[in-house]
Amino acid sequence: MENEVKLTKLAKCAGCGAKVGAGVLAQLLGDMKVRRDPNLLVGFDKSDDASVYKVTDDLALVQTVDFFPPIHDDPYTFGQIAATNALSDVYAMGGEPKLALNIMAVPKDMPAEAVHEILRGGYDKAYEAGAIITGGHSILDDEPKYGLAVTGFVHPDKVLTNSGAKPGDVLLLTKPLGIGVLTTAAKVGMASAESMARAVELMTTLNRAARDAMVKYRVHACTDVTGFSLMGHGLEMAQGSDVELRLDVGAIDLMPEAVELARIGILPEGMYRNRSFAEPYVDPGDTELCRQDVLYDPQTAGGLLIAVDPADAEPLLAELQGAVPSAQRIGTAEPYRGGKRIFLR
Amino acid sequence: MIDARGQSCPIPVVMVQDAVKRGNSPAELQVKVDAMVCVENITRYAATVGYTVTVDEADGEYTLTLKK
Repeated sequence: MENEVKLTKLAKCAGCGAKVGAGVLAQLLGDMKVRRDPNLLVGFDKSDDASVYKVTDDLALVQTVDFFPPIHDDPYTFGQIAATNALSDVYAMGGEPKLALNIMAVPKDMPAEAVHEILRGGYDKAYEAGAIITGGHSILDDEPKYGLAVTGFVHPDKVLTNSGAKPGDVLLLTKPLGIGVLTTAAKVGMASAESMARAVELMTTLNRAARDAMVKYRVHACTDVTGFSLMGHGLEMAQGSDVELRLDVGAIDLMPEAVELARIGILPEGMYRNRSFAEPYVDPGDTELCRQDVLYDPQTAGGLLIAVDPADAEPLLAELQGAVPSAQRIGTAEPYRGGKRIFLR
Repeated sequence: MIDARGQSCPIPVVMVQDAVKRGNSPAELQVKVDAMVCVENITRYAATVGYTVTVDEADGEYTLTLKK
Protein backbone atom coordinates (compact mmCIF):
# COMPACT_ATOMS: atom_id res chain seq x y z
CA MET A 1 0.00 0.00 0.00
CA GLU A 2 1.25 3.52 -0.79
CA ASN A 3 2.07 5.74 2.16
CA GLU A 4 -0.32 8.62 2.51
CA VAL A 5 2.20 10.79 4.33
CA LYS A 6 5.70 11.46 3.02
CA LEU A 7 7.30 11.64 6.43
CA THR A 8 10.66 13.11 5.42
CA LYS A 9 8.86 16.02 3.70
CA LEU A 10 7.76 17.08 7.17
CA ALA A 11 11.34 17.13 8.48
CA LYS A 12 13.70 20.07 8.19
CA CYS A 13 16.83 18.00 8.92
CA ALA A 14 17.26 14.29 8.49
CA GLY A 15 17.89 11.98 11.46
CA CYS A 16 21.06 12.62 13.42
CA GLY A 17 21.83 15.47 11.02
CA ALA A 18 19.36 17.42 13.16
CA LYS A 19 21.77 17.33 16.11
CA VAL A 20 23.00 20.58 17.64
CA GLY A 21 26.74 20.88 16.92
CA ALA A 22 29.19 19.53 19.49
CA GLY A 23 30.92 22.89 19.88
CA VAL A 24 27.63 24.72 20.50
CA LEU A 25 26.57 22.16 23.11
CA ALA A 26 29.79 22.50 25.09
CA GLN A 27 29.27 26.29 25.19
CA LEU A 28 25.63 26.00 26.26
CA LEU A 29 26.43 23.65 29.13
CA GLY A 30 29.76 25.10 30.18
CA ASP A 31 28.59 27.08 33.21
CA MET A 32 25.81 24.85 34.55
CA LYS A 33 25.73 24.02 38.24
CA VAL A 34 26.22 20.26 38.56
CA ARG A 35 26.22 18.29 41.81
CA ARG A 36 29.27 16.11 42.41
CA ASP A 37 28.63 12.48 43.24
CA PRO A 38 31.29 9.78 43.48
CA ASN A 39 28.81 7.23 42.14
CA LEU A 40 28.40 9.14 38.88
CA LEU A 41 30.92 7.18 36.83
CA VAL A 42 30.28 8.97 33.53
CA GLY A 43 28.74 12.43 33.22
CA PHE A 44 28.64 15.16 30.62
CA ASP A 45 32.23 16.32 31.13
CA LYS A 46 33.76 13.78 28.73
CA SER A 47 31.11 14.17 25.98
CA ASP A 48 30.25 10.49 26.26
CA ASP A 49 27.31 8.57 24.76
CA ALA A 50 25.38 7.98 27.97
CA SER A 51 25.64 8.67 31.68
CA VAL A 52 26.53 5.86 34.06
CA TYR A 53 25.65 5.78 37.75
CA LYS A 54 26.91 3.15 40.17
CA VAL A 55 24.13 1.64 42.29
CA THR A 56 26.06 -1.18 43.95
CA ASP A 57 29.53 -2.67 43.54
CA ASP A 58 28.29 -4.89 40.74
CA LEU A 59 25.52 -2.83 39.17
CA ALA A 60 25.52 0.52 37.38
CA LEU A 61 22.70 2.27 35.53
CA VAL A 62 23.27 3.52 32.00
CA GLN A 63 20.96 6.33 30.87
CA THR A 64 20.54 7.98 27.52
CA VAL A 65 17.98 9.72 25.34
CA ASP A 66 17.85 10.25 21.61
CA PHE A 67 15.13 11.41 19.24
CA PHE A 68 14.89 13.09 15.85
CA PRO A 69 12.66 13.98 12.90
CA PRO A 70 11.86 11.37 10.20
CA ILE A 71 14.76 10.06 8.20
CA HIS A 72 12.59 7.69 6.20
CA ASP A 73 9.15 8.03 4.60
CA ASP A 74 7.85 4.73 5.90
CA PRO A 75 6.65 5.25 9.50
CA TYR A 76 7.43 1.69 10.64
CA THR A 77 10.99 1.97 9.27
CA PHE A 78 11.44 5.39 10.87
CA GLY A 79 10.32 3.99 14.23
CA GLN A 80 12.82 1.14 13.96
CA ILE A 81 15.67 3.49 13.01
CA ALA A 82 14.97 5.92 15.85
CA ALA A 83 14.88 3.08 18.38
CA THR A 84 18.03 1.42 16.99
CA ASN A 85 19.80 4.75 17.28
CA ALA A 86 18.64 5.41 20.86
CA LEU A 87 19.48 1.91 22.08
CA SER A 88 22.94 2.19 20.56
CA ASP A 89 24.25 4.58 23.22
CA VAL A 90 23.80 1.88 25.87
CA TYR A 91 25.69 -0.66 23.76
CA ALA A 92 28.46 1.89 23.22
CA MET A 93 29.00 1.99 27.01
CA GLY A 94 29.26 -1.80 27.08
CA GLY A 95 25.82 -2.07 28.66
CA GLU A 96 22.57 -3.91 28.01
CA PRO A 97 19.36 -1.89 27.52
CA LYS A 98 16.52 -2.93 29.86
CA LEU A 99 13.86 -0.19 30.08
CA ALA A 100 12.79 2.45 27.60
CA LEU A 101 10.29 5.32 27.34
CA ASN A 102 8.86 6.69 24.10
CA ILE A 103 9.40 10.35 23.27
CA MET A 104 7.20 11.56 20.48
CA ALA A 105 6.09 14.73 18.74
CA VAL A 106 3.11 14.46 16.40
CA PRO A 107 1.51 16.96 14.01
CA LYS A 108 -2.20 17.41 14.69
CA ASP A 109 -3.25 16.08 11.29
CA MET A 110 -0.95 13.07 11.16
CA PRO A 111 -2.99 9.90 10.48
CA ALA A 112 -3.36 7.67 13.54
CA GLU A 113 -2.19 4.71 11.48
CA ALA A 114 1.16 6.40 10.77
CA VAL A 115 1.66 7.22 14.46
CA HIS A 116 0.86 3.62 15.33
CA GLU A 117 3.38 2.35 12.78
CA ILE A 118 6.18 4.58 14.14
CA LEU A 119 5.51 3.23 17.62
CA ARG A 120 5.33 -0.35 16.34
CA GLY A 121 8.79 0.12 14.80
CA GLY A 122 10.11 1.29 18.16
CA TYR A 123 8.48 -1.53 20.11
CA ASP A 124 9.79 -4.17 17.69
CA LYS A 125 13.39 -2.94 18.00
CA ALA A 126 13.18 -2.63 21.78
CA TYR A 127 11.83 -6.19 21.89
CA GLU A 128 14.69 -7.41 19.70
CA ALA A 129 17.13 -5.67 22.06
CA GLY A 130 15.61 -7.39 25.10
CA ALA A 131 14.32 -4.08 26.48
CA ILE A 132 10.82 -3.16 27.63
CA ILE A 133 9.07 0.07 26.65
CA THR A 134 7.15 1.01 29.78
CA GLY A 135 5.51 4.26 28.72
CA GLY A 136 6.42 7.61 27.31
CA HIS A 137 5.35 11.11 26.49
CA SER A 138 3.99 12.73 23.35
CA ILE A 139 3.28 16.33 22.41
CA LEU A 140 1.77 18.15 19.43
CA ASP A 141 4.31 19.73 17.09
CA ASP A 142 4.47 20.78 13.42
CA GLU A 143 7.35 18.42 12.77
CA PRO A 144 7.08 14.76 13.79
CA LYS A 145 9.83 13.39 16.01
CA TYR A 146 10.42 10.05 17.68
CA GLY A 147 12.95 8.39 19.90
CA LEU A 148 13.54 6.67 23.21
CA ALA A 149 14.92 7.41 26.64
CA VAL A 150 16.75 4.20 27.49
CA THR A 151 17.98 2.77 30.78
CA GLY A 152 20.40 -0.13 30.77
CA PHE A 153 22.68 -2.02 33.10
CA VAL A 154 26.42 -2.54 33.11
CA HIS A 155 28.94 -3.85 35.65
CA PRO A 156 30.67 -0.77 37.14
CA ASP A 157 34.11 -2.25 36.33
CA LYS A 158 33.12 -3.02 32.73
CA VAL A 159 31.96 0.44 31.67
CA LEU A 160 33.38 1.40 28.28
CA THR A 161 33.85 5.13 27.94
CA ASN A 162 35.10 7.06 24.93
CA SER A 163 38.05 8.34 26.96
CA GLY A 164 39.99 5.19 27.83
CA ALA A 165 41.91 4.60 24.59
CA LYS A 166 45.62 3.83 25.12
CA PRO A 167 48.58 4.37 22.81
CA GLY A 168 49.00 1.25 20.70
CA ASP A 169 45.29 0.37 20.68
CA VAL A 170 43.83 -0.85 17.41
CA LEU A 171 40.71 0.93 16.15
CA LEU A 172 37.83 -1.13 14.80
CA LEU A 173 34.59 0.05 13.20
CA THR A 174 31.44 -2.04 12.74
CA LYS A 175 29.32 -0.33 10.06
CA PRO A 176 30.17 1.40 6.76
CA LEU A 177 29.94 5.21 6.48
CA GLY A 178 27.82 7.35 4.14
CA ILE A 179 24.32 7.00 5.62
CA GLY A 180 23.82 10.77 5.94
CA VAL A 181 24.82 11.41 2.33
CA LEU A 182 22.49 8.68 1.06
CA THR A 183 19.49 9.85 3.07
CA THR A 184 20.12 13.42 1.85
CA ALA A 185 20.28 12.17 -1.75
CA ALA A 186 17.08 10.19 -1.22
CA LYS A 187 15.23 13.46 -0.50
CA VAL A 188 15.75 14.44 -4.14
CA GLY A 189 15.49 10.92 -5.58
CA MET A 190 19.23 10.65 -6.26
CA ALA A 191 20.04 7.57 -4.17
CA SER A 192 19.68 4.22 -5.89
CA ALA A 193 17.13 1.77 -4.51
CA GLU A 194 19.94 -0.69 -3.70
CA SER A 195 21.95 1.85 -1.71
CA MET A 196 18.90 3.08 0.18
CA ALA A 197 17.96 -0.50 1.04
CA ARG A 198 21.50 -0.99 2.34
CA ALA A 199 21.31 2.27 4.35
CA VAL A 200 17.99 1.20 5.92
CA GLU A 201 19.41 -2.22 6.74
CA LEU A 202 22.36 -0.50 8.47
CA MET A 203 20.18 1.96 10.37
CA THR A 204 17.94 -0.82 11.69
CA THR A 205 20.77 -3.13 12.73
CA LEU A 206 21.26 -3.01 16.50
CA ASN A 207 24.82 -2.63 17.79
CA ARG A 208 24.03 -5.51 20.11
CA ALA A 209 26.18 -8.12 18.33
CA ALA A 210 29.12 -5.70 18.29
CA ARG A 211 28.66 -5.03 22.03
CA ASP A 212 28.30 -8.72 22.89
CA ALA A 213 31.53 -9.50 21.05
CA MET A 214 33.64 -6.64 22.37
CA VAL A 215 32.87 -7.14 26.06
CA LYS A 216 34.77 -10.45 25.89
CA TYR A 217 38.02 -8.69 24.98
CA ARG A 218 40.33 -6.02 26.41
CA VAL A 219 38.52 -3.03 24.94
CA HIS A 220 39.77 0.26 26.37
CA ALA A 221 37.33 2.69 24.76
CA CYS A 222 34.18 2.69 22.69
CA THR A 223 31.74 5.15 21.18
CA ASP A 224 29.00 4.89 18.60
CA VAL A 225 29.47 6.85 15.40
CA THR A 226 26.34 8.96 14.98
CA GLY A 227 25.54 12.62 14.32
CA PHE A 228 29.06 13.95 14.92
CA SER A 229 30.51 11.55 12.31
CA LEU A 230 33.58 9.35 12.53
CA MET A 231 35.75 12.48 12.69
CA GLY A 232 33.74 14.19 15.43
CA HIS A 233 33.31 11.12 17.63
CA GLY A 234 36.90 10.10 16.88
CA LEU A 235 38.10 13.53 17.97
CA GLU A 236 36.16 13.25 21.24
CA MET A 237 37.80 9.87 21.83
CA ALA A 238 41.26 11.23 21.02
CA GLN A 239 40.87 14.30 23.25
CA GLY A 240 39.20 12.40 26.09
CA SER A 241 41.90 9.71 26.03
CA ASP A 242 44.75 12.13 25.33
CA VAL A 243 45.97 10.16 22.34
CA GLU A 244 46.08 10.84 18.61
CA LEU A 245 44.42 8.63 16.03
CA ARG A 246 46.05 7.44 12.83
CA LEU A 247 43.41 6.31 10.36
CA ASP A 248 44.04 4.32 7.21
CA VAL A 249 41.38 5.83 4.92
CA GLY A 250 41.74 2.98 2.42
CA ALA A 251 40.70 0.52 5.14
CA ILE A 252 37.51 2.43 6.06
CA ASP A 253 34.35 1.10 4.43
CA LEU A 254 32.92 4.18 2.68
CA MET A 255 29.80 3.28 0.72
CA PRO A 256 30.83 3.82 -2.94
CA GLU A 257 27.62 5.62 -3.92
CA ALA A 258 28.01 8.02 -0.99
CA VAL A 259 31.52 8.92 -2.19
CA GLU A 260 30.21 9.58 -5.70
CA LEU A 261 27.34 11.72 -4.36
CA ALA A 262 29.79 13.66 -2.18
CA ARG A 263 31.87 14.34 -5.29
CA ILE A 264 28.91 16.14 -6.90
CA GLY A 265 27.99 18.11 -3.79
CA ILE A 266 25.05 16.11 -2.45
CA LEU A 267 25.96 16.60 1.21
CA PRO A 268 23.95 17.19 4.37
CA GLU A 269 24.35 20.41 6.34
CA GLY A 270 25.49 18.36 9.34
CA MET A 271 28.59 17.35 7.39
CA TYR A 272 29.71 20.99 7.32
CA ARG A 273 28.92 21.43 11.02
CA ASN A 274 31.04 18.39 11.83
CA ARG A 275 33.82 19.76 9.66
CA SER A 276 33.90 23.11 11.42
CA PHE A 277 33.98 21.32 14.79
CA ALA A 278 36.66 18.72 14.05
CA GLU A 279 38.67 19.93 11.05
CA PRO A 280 41.07 22.15 13.04
CA TYR A 281 42.31 18.96 14.75
CA VAL A 282 42.54 16.79 11.63
CA ASP A 283 45.52 16.36 9.31
CA PRO A 284 43.85 15.08 6.12
CA GLY A 285 47.11 14.17 4.32
CA ASP A 286 46.30 13.80 0.65
CA THR A 287 42.83 12.32 1.25
CA GLU A 288 40.49 13.24 -1.60
CA LEU A 289 37.89 15.86 -0.57
CA CYS A 290 34.88 13.60 -1.32
CA ARG A 291 36.32 10.85 0.90
CA GLN A 292 37.00 13.34 3.68
CA ASP A 293 33.40 14.50 3.36
CA VAL A 294 32.10 10.98 4.00
CA LEU A 295 34.34 10.76 7.08
CA TYR A 296 32.56 13.91 8.36
CA ASP A 297 29.13 12.61 7.30
CA PRO A 298 26.60 12.47 10.18
CA GLN A 299 25.49 8.88 10.66
CA THR A 300 22.13 7.83 12.03
CA ALA A 301 22.35 4.63 14.08
CA GLY A 302 25.96 4.18 12.94
CA GLY A 303 28.37 1.50 14.11
CA LEU A 304 30.69 1.27 17.09
CA LEU A 305 34.21 2.71 17.08
CA ILE A 306 36.25 0.41 19.32
CA ALA A 307 39.76 0.91 20.71
CA VAL A 308 41.06 -2.53 21.61
CA ASP A 309 44.33 -3.81 23.07
CA PRO A 310 46.56 -4.74 20.12
CA ALA A 311 46.90 -8.31 21.40
CA ASP A 312 43.12 -8.76 21.18
CA ALA A 313 42.56 -6.92 17.90
CA GLU A 314 42.68 -9.92 15.57
CA PRO A 315 40.49 -12.25 17.63
CA LEU A 316 37.89 -9.49 18.17
CA LEU A 317 37.96 -8.56 14.48
CA ALA A 318 37.49 -12.22 13.57
CA GLU A 319 34.52 -12.50 15.94
CA LEU A 320 32.95 -9.30 14.57
CA GLN A 321 33.22 -10.53 10.98
CA GLY A 322 29.87 -11.94 9.98
CA ALA A 323 28.25 -10.67 13.20
CA VAL A 324 28.21 -6.96 12.30
CA PRO A 325 27.44 -5.22 8.97
CA SER A 326 31.09 -4.39 8.22
CA ALA A 327 33.99 -5.28 10.52
CA GLN A 328 36.91 -3.00 9.74
CA ARG A 329 40.36 -2.44 11.21
CA ILE A 330 40.75 1.27 10.49
CA GLY A 331 43.82 2.48 12.37
CA THR A 332 45.56 2.89 15.70
CA ALA A 333 45.75 5.18 18.71
CA GLU A 334 49.21 6.66 19.32
CA PRO A 335 50.83 8.82 22.03
CA TYR A 336 49.76 12.45 21.63
CA ARG A 337 52.62 14.60 20.38
CA GLY A 338 50.77 17.92 20.56
CA GLY A 339 49.10 19.50 17.55
CA LYS A 340 46.60 17.56 15.44
CA ARG A 341 44.56 14.75 16.96
CA ILE A 342 43.59 12.75 13.87
CA PHE A 343 45.88 11.87 10.96
CA LEU A 344 44.38 10.49 7.74
CA ARG A 345 46.66 8.36 5.59
CA MET B 1 20.39 33.24 -13.47
CA ILE B 2 19.09 30.36 -11.37
CA ASP B 3 17.20 31.56 -8.33
CA ALA B 4 17.48 28.85 -5.67
CA ARG B 5 16.78 31.12 -2.71
CA GLY B 6 14.38 29.63 -0.21
CA GLN B 7 15.17 26.09 -1.35
CA SER B 8 16.72 23.77 1.19
CA CYS B 9 19.72 21.70 0.26
CA PRO B 10 20.28 19.55 -1.69
CA ILE B 11 17.67 21.11 -4.04
CA PRO B 12 19.84 24.10 -5.13
CA VAL B 13 22.80 21.91 -6.15
CA VAL B 14 20.40 19.65 -8.07
CA MET B 15 18.98 22.74 -9.86
CA VAL B 16 22.53 23.67 -10.91
CA GLN B 17 23.25 20.12 -12.05
CA ASP B 18 20.09 20.14 -14.17
CA ALA B 19 21.01 23.51 -15.68
CA VAL B 20 24.52 22.31 -16.57
CA LYS B 21 23.10 19.18 -18.23
CA ARG B 22 20.27 21.01 -20.02
CA GLY B 23 22.60 23.75 -21.27
CA ASN B 24 25.21 21.20 -22.36
CA SER B 25 27.85 22.58 -19.97
CA PRO B 26 27.41 26.32 -20.65
CA ALA B 27 30.56 28.47 -20.39
CA GLU B 28 29.02 30.56 -17.63
CA LEU B 29 26.24 30.10 -15.14
CA GLN B 30 24.95 32.18 -12.23
CA VAL B 31 23.00 31.01 -9.23
CA LYS B 32 21.56 32.79 -6.19
CA VAL B 33 21.25 30.91 -2.88
CA ASP B 34 20.68 31.93 0.73
CA ALA B 35 22.53 29.29 2.75
CA MET B 36 26.22 28.58 3.18
CA VAL B 37 25.63 24.83 2.86
CA CYS B 38 24.32 25.44 -0.69
CA VAL B 39 27.37 27.54 -1.55
CA GLU B 40 29.63 24.70 -0.40
CA ASN B 41 27.67 21.96 -2.17
CA ILE B 42 27.51 23.87 -5.47
CA THR B 43 31.23 24.70 -5.22
CA ARG B 44 32.05 20.99 -4.82
CA TYR B 45 29.90 20.03 -7.79
CA ALA B 46 31.31 22.86 -9.93
CA ALA B 47 34.90 21.79 -9.21
CA THR B 48 34.10 18.18 -10.12
CA VAL B 49 32.70 19.15 -13.54
CA GLY B 50 35.45 21.65 -14.30
CA TYR B 51 34.08 25.08 -13.38
CA THR B 52 35.77 27.74 -11.29
CA VAL B 53 33.48 29.51 -8.84
CA THR B 54 33.39 33.05 -7.50
CA VAL B 55 31.04 33.94 -4.67
CA ASP B 56 29.59 37.37 -3.90
CA GLU B 57 27.78 37.87 -0.62
CA ALA B 58 25.27 40.59 0.14
CA ASP B 59 22.72 40.64 2.97
CA GLY B 60 22.93 36.90 3.66
CA GLU B 61 22.43 36.05 -0.01
CA TYR B 62 25.11 34.54 -2.17
CA THR B 63 25.57 34.90 -5.92
CA LEU B 64 27.75 32.18 -7.38
CA THR B 65 29.30 32.61 -10.81
CA LEU B 66 30.48 29.38 -12.43
CA LYS B 67 32.93 29.68 -15.33
CA LYS B 68 34.52 27.04 -17.56
